[in-house]
Amino acid sequence: MKEGFKNITSRFVPLQNENVDTDQIIPARFLKATTKDGFGKNLFRDWRYENDNEATPKIDFVLNQPQYKGDILVAGKNFGCGSSREHAAWSIVDYGFKVVVSSFFADIFKNNALNNGLLPITVSEDFVQKIFAQTNEATLSVDLEAQTITIDATGEKESFEINAYKKTCMINGYDDIDYLINSIGEIENFEKQSV
Amino acid sequence: MAQTLFDKIWNTHIVKNIEGGPAVLYIDKHFIHEVTSPQAFTGLNKRGIKVFRPQQTIATADHNVPTLNQHLPIKEELGRLQVEALIKNCAEHRVELYGLGHPFQGIVHVIGPELGITQPGNTIVCGDSHTSTHGAFGAIAFGIGTSEVEMVLSTQCLMQTKPKLMRINIEGELKNGVVSKDIVLYILSKITASGATGYAVEFAGSAIRSLSMEARMTICNMSIEMGARCGMIAPDETTFSYVKGRKFAPTGAAWDKKLAYWKTLFTDATATFDKEITLDAADITPMITYGTNPGMGIGVNENIPTVAQVHDNDRSGLEKSLAYMGLQQGHPIKGQKIDYVFIGSCTNSRIEDLRMVASFVKGKHKADNVEVWIVPGSKQVEKQAIEEGIDKVFEAAGFQLRQPGCSACLGMNEDKIPAGKYCISTSNRNFEGRQGAGARTLLASPLSAAAAAVTGFVADVREFMNN
Repeated sequence: MKEGFKNITSRFVPLQNENVDTDQIIPARFLKATTKDGFGKNLFRDWRYENDNEATPKIDFVLNQPQYKGDILVAGKNFGCGSSREHAAWSIVDYGFKVVVSSFFADIFKNNALNNGLLPITVSEDFVQKIFAQTNEATLSVDLEAQTITIDATGEKESFEINAYKKTCMINGYDDIDYLINSIGEIENFEKQSV
Repeated sequence: MAQTLFDKIWNTHIVKNIEGGPAVLYIDKHFIHEVTSPQAFTGLNKRGIKVFRPQQTIATADHNVPTLNQHLPIKEELGRLQVEALIKNCAEHRVELYGLGHPFQGIVHVIGPELGITQPGNTIVCGDSHTSTHGAFGAIAFGIGTSEVEMVLSTQCLMQTKPKLMRINIEGELKNGVVSKDIVLYILSKITASGATGYAVEFAGSAIRSLSMEARMTICNMSIEMGARCGMIAPDETTFSYVKGRKFAPTGAAWDKKLAYWKTLFTDATATFDKEITLDAADITPMITYGTNPGMGIGVNENIPTVAQVHDNDRSGLEKSLAYMGLQQGHPIKGQKIDYVFIGSCTNSRIEDLRMVASFVKGKHKADNVEVWIVPGSKQVEKQAIEEGIDKVFEAAGFQLRQPGCSACLGMNEDKIPAGKYCISTSNRNFEGRQGAGARTLLASPLSAAAAAVTGFVADVREFMNN
């Protein structure tokens, strides 16, 4: 069982790009591991470093700007598009993020995030822009139980959708695999009826 | 009640619906490969369980394999470890593996259909987003993450929320020199790279029905590039005759029974969709991308859009893309010099693609400034190409025919495009760095790629065709 999701108040890292694809989140050449660990150091690798060299960080990239930090990544629309690689979610979690906010997530990424205890929060385009307009000191508060995200400095709040089942799983750290394994009897019955 | 093709398949695969949550969806066929499966097997081993239905999972090695000298041990250590892990996991869990050296080895989305494993009415998943390819047979087929691979290995089921439904109709006749890759790049240029997110898309209309199975696969393959959960095409006589006689296709009475069922798989006349789009096939010209997502495509004779022409929100994206690509807004794309041509990937590496290229280049030679890699989708495609003498045509043209795998589509193995170089590619993604750090990808059809190989620049293939 994973650790359950706790409500958080945190500063955020603004990534103002749209259509951030999973090849940017974790380039294919780093998919060669056979475990889930250690992907965080290669998160956004080619946006983070010149010539693939950790000694030469690209100073204009937000992860290299020390004034931005926190548990929340805020990105432009269509975040996580492209490849189904779950390594994208693993790398974001391993880097230390607990929440990703965007106006729009690609389907497979969203499932992968939820399956790794990373909360994808879909808000309006307008709300994303309001977050981007905050200072680097500003904090956001995420309340999963109430399904709200708040810009603390202004009190502006938006609700987000998550289905009741997934919400229970996230809060308690439950796993879809456990649920399915507990349903094996029903699955076997289904197979018999379908033949 | 009137049902869509999607509904008919979905409804017969629901084990149960969870109150306030997703459905438990039964999966008929599961494909795995070396890159997204090792952590899933680790999960099963930690729980001390075996694969629940090993006969319904098929494995191959494709993403990270070399495309030269496949008979030798893999030189690159991490890649070799992944392939070794796949061999070990398949043996321990009694999963059939078509690995390196096997006559059925190849790109997972090429081998499933060519072996007759992919069939109408199936639910099909794989830890790869281009699993949407199999939807061309009238199947619900989609890519999943590794946690979901673990779910399917453990229980043959997934938790899925039913997507919204969209139908995209392409009506009329295609013009000469325009092929299925152009159709899908055209759709993408109209609806954008996120235009179908949250939807299952059915492709329909007379232009779609006129396509061969392999051409249909190219379209469904790239439905994920629109963000679609899956893409599908209703099965018809073209589908049935393609499946019939293949290695794992049903035979005899079983065939008759299946065929009767497959013939019921179409969208009822009065069924409705959440969204419907109709495009005219006659408006489509040979397409090419200029930017860094597959929605950034234009007709080969059009100019690259200017910042003033695009929506406010897209301006910074366009500027960033063009800076990466080293291209100028408002300029023609035709005549752009290129360095590499890659013909391959699960989008366009089937025998028809290779035949199309060979028939165009026969008697011609590649331009001096380009390197041309042809990577067949499978050992069977490679064998067929050699039997037909296509390998000789490529050799005479100065093209390099390599061995099957995903290759330069995603640059996981050594087949990478160097930084700053331009590659016309028949693959599916032109993302920054996709074909290698700093590589610049222009997506196009196999025909357009062949024209570029011969001329050394982006060309309108129709200017070089006889009729």
